[in-house]
Amino acid sequence: MTKGEIVLGCLAPHPPHLVYAENPDENEPISEGGWEALRWGYARLARKLKTIDYDALVILTPHWQTYIGTHFLGVDAFKSLSVDPIFPNLFRYHYDLKVDVELSEKMCEIAGESGIITKMMRNPDFRVDYGTITSCHLLNPEWDKPVVTVSSNRNRHYYSVEVMNEQAQALGRACRKAIEESGKRVVLIASHSLSHRHFTTEAPLPEDMSREHIYNHSQYVWDMKVIDLMRNGKMQEFIDLMPEFTEQTMAETEGGGLTWMMAAMGMPEYPAEIYGYQSVIGTGNVVACWDPNDVTREMVL
Amino acid sequence: MSDDPVLFGLYVPPHPHPLLAPDQNKGWGELRAAYDECRRRIEESEADIIIVYSTTWPSIVGHQFQVQPEPEWVHVDDDFHFLGSMPYKFKMDVEFGNAYRDAAESRGLHARTVAYHGFPIDTGSVVALSLLNPDNRIPACIVSSNMYSNRSETIVLGKAARDALKAQGKKAVIVAVSSLSNRMFTKHVDPVDDRIHSAKDEDWNQKILEFFEDGRLEDLSQLSRDIHGQIRVQKVVAYKPAWWMAATMGQHNNYDGEVMAYAALHGSGGAVIQLTPSEGSFGDKEFDEDDVETYRGDRNVLDANAGDMQAPGGVDGPLDEAERPADDEWRNPVEVIDDLYDEYGSSVISHATGALGAAAGAAIAGPVGGVAASIVAKKTVGKMMSKDGAIIAEDAPSAVGAYPHARRMGNMLFISGVGPRSPVDNTIPGGPIEDEDGNPLDYDIEAQTEACIENIRIILQACEADLSNIVDVTTFLVDMKRDFSGYNKVYAKHFEEIQATRTTLAIQALPTPIAVEMKVIAKAP
Ligand SMILES: [Fe+2]
Repeated sequence: MTKGEIVLGCLAPHPPHLVYAENPDENEPISEGGWEALRWGYARLARKLKTIDYDALVILTPHWQTYIGTHFLGVDAFKSLSVDPIFPNLFRYHYDLKVDVELSEKMCEIAGESGIITKMMRNPDFRVDYGTITSCHLLNPEWDKPVVTVSSNRNRHYYSVEVMNEQAQALGRACRKAIEESGKRVVLIASHSLSHRHFTTEAPLPEDMSREHIYNHSQYVWDMKVIDLMRNGKMQEFIDLMPEFTEQTMAETEGGGLTWMMAAMGMPEYPAEIYGYQSVIGTGNVVACWDPNDVTREMVL
Repeated sequence: MSDDPVLFGLYVPPHPHPLLAPDQNKGWGELRAAYDECRRRIEESEADIIIVYSTTWPSIVGHQFQVQPEPEWVHVDDDFHFLGSMPYKFKMDVEFGNAYRDAAESRGLHARTVAYHGFPIDTGSVVALSLLNPDNRIPACIVSSNMYSNRSETIVLGKAARDALKAQGKKAVIVAVSSLSNRMFTKHVDPVDDRIHSAKDEDWNQKILEFFEDGRLEDLSQLSRDIHGQIRVQKVVAYKPAWWMAATMGQHNNYDGEVMAYAALHGSGGAVIQLTPSEGSFGDKEFDEDDVETYRGDRNVLDANAGDMQAPGGVDGPLDEAERPADDEWRNPVEVIDDLYDEYGSSVISHATGALGAAAGAAIAGPVGGVAASIVAKKTVGKMMSKDGAIIAEDAPSAVGAYPHARRMGNMLFISGVGPRSPVDNTIPGGPIEDEDGNPLDYDIEAQTEACIENIRIILQACEADLSNIVDVTTFLVDMKRDFSGYNKVYAKHFEEIQATRTTLAIQALPTPIAVEMKVIAKAP
């Protein structure tokens, strides 16, 4: 069997607003648009993904939160309705997805061998979290590839962001090993925003773009700082800075997504492709990817 | 007693074990038996409604109220999915849910109802309603627990429940769904080996149970900040269920308390407790904080680490996760940028320049606001006189909130309202208007007014202006009858020549024990 590989890593934020703004058939509420800078960036990254040959999407999302170790989806298919608990007015999405259980089990097994607490999720009634649904919809609206969701372990709430950063790296290295052993070509997704301080009130018309702006300048400066590191291929530096970034911007990076993905990809020293940056209810969001193949890697922005 | 709208209160655990796996562990079975007994007691009561406050339903945008008439789903817990599924169909009291929302809003809370098929009702609510009200004999109301809310907001939320019950003439059983200690084991544990995570958690749980047994709910409410610091994972900003429960049940210590079961749930402390209003009293309750009727934002009265979670401007915090460092743990952005300069060199210079300029103004309205604004402004004072921006006068009394002393816009200077407080030692010339217990004191309005005008002069000086630049004055007096003439006399001494326009208002109170505050607009030099 040929050695499996990670063919692309995507930083794919999951504000439900982006799906809402797009009006896909799967989502119940109807909008007048909004957040185009991100949606156009997503569309472009989705097009790139279409040109890549891969077997499965593996996504780590902060909205499947587990306190007892890291869990992996372990049921072949899920079909249900995803309703965002914070913005049910924007996101009620009918999903129908396949899971690569074989790959999921492999990652669970290798992670377990490396000392990480793990569990396969085998309950067919389980509702897949809305981070998975949103990011996967935006990257692959056809849903024609199987998905594996990896839960976000919340040891962060017991220990510290530093501990989280270490654990997420260990999980990343284990997942890489599992992917290599599986012989599969895999796209990784870290599903989260950057700075995450947000407004606690909503505009009467949620897609009213005259109300949208970054929460404050310090969040913006932090976002630009880390995007700069991404563009310059300094991911080790970013991951080292992650605990402080997470604390200063209340970032969803606390779920470990980007740290996990970068560790799995061996801390890239090549530039990330940046597809777009915009705020959503004040949070900072960037759509970006890391392409290990220097022939197909683009300088997008 | 009989006219109390709350018949009794229950405190129950949110984990699914008593519902899904009561046979796997003795303690889980005991919790289940206690849940079942509570169900019987509700059936025998005259309750018209069950109101559930669940700590596993975190909301971000104010509080949410479930008003889907018959929510139906098959729920699975994120962690304990292997214990099984929880199919449910509940019956909500829509009329009450709407009334509760209205009552919350009229007490100053941000509130909204949710009525969507498939809305993810949280594990705690599902467990509690499935066990306490399996046949939907009584309609229910579920209210969320806002992630950032602190004491005032939660107490007001409880009072709003009482308002709505009284308005509708309903009798309720109220249910707080929450663990005691909430630290779980982070690894898988054989059910028979389940125990409270640590001895310290056990000690605190026992203490809390003692308070419940004695019916000392209000005392427990007052202890909430300590409980949070000691035995709660620092995931949300505060331990809230005792606040809500106490406020909903009338804020006293006169209950018959019964701890019906207590056991570990994957390391956390689970208890089923009933509190029934009674005639007897355990003794005086220990109020160490103000009572609050209307929500206007929590104040940092006792504990800097547990205080104000509403930033000026009303925006804050992470969308999904529950943690926000306290204000004093925030590093101000300028400091961070300085470090970044040192660490990474020129790549951030362009952004840093932006930060120094814009951050002096509205850009840092968040919790770092006060401190950061002052630091930024100190860095920029003197350089920015010809530009728009915030100005801090180093010789003026420090601001009591996240605002600068002055702000220049075009050729105008807007000066924040300022009182008589001495910039040297923070004393009030002419004396404070009341003592620390709120007893009125005699004070000298003329001395206060003089000091006020002197402070304005100091601030204007920092803006390279003086009193003669003033074009408009607004004065706030807490006692117009007593103080107007004294104030007016001193005012005339300084302003007769200047001929600024003026407005004088009587107001109920000022933030510190002072009688006068003045706010001016001046022409920039
Ligand atoms: Fe999120």
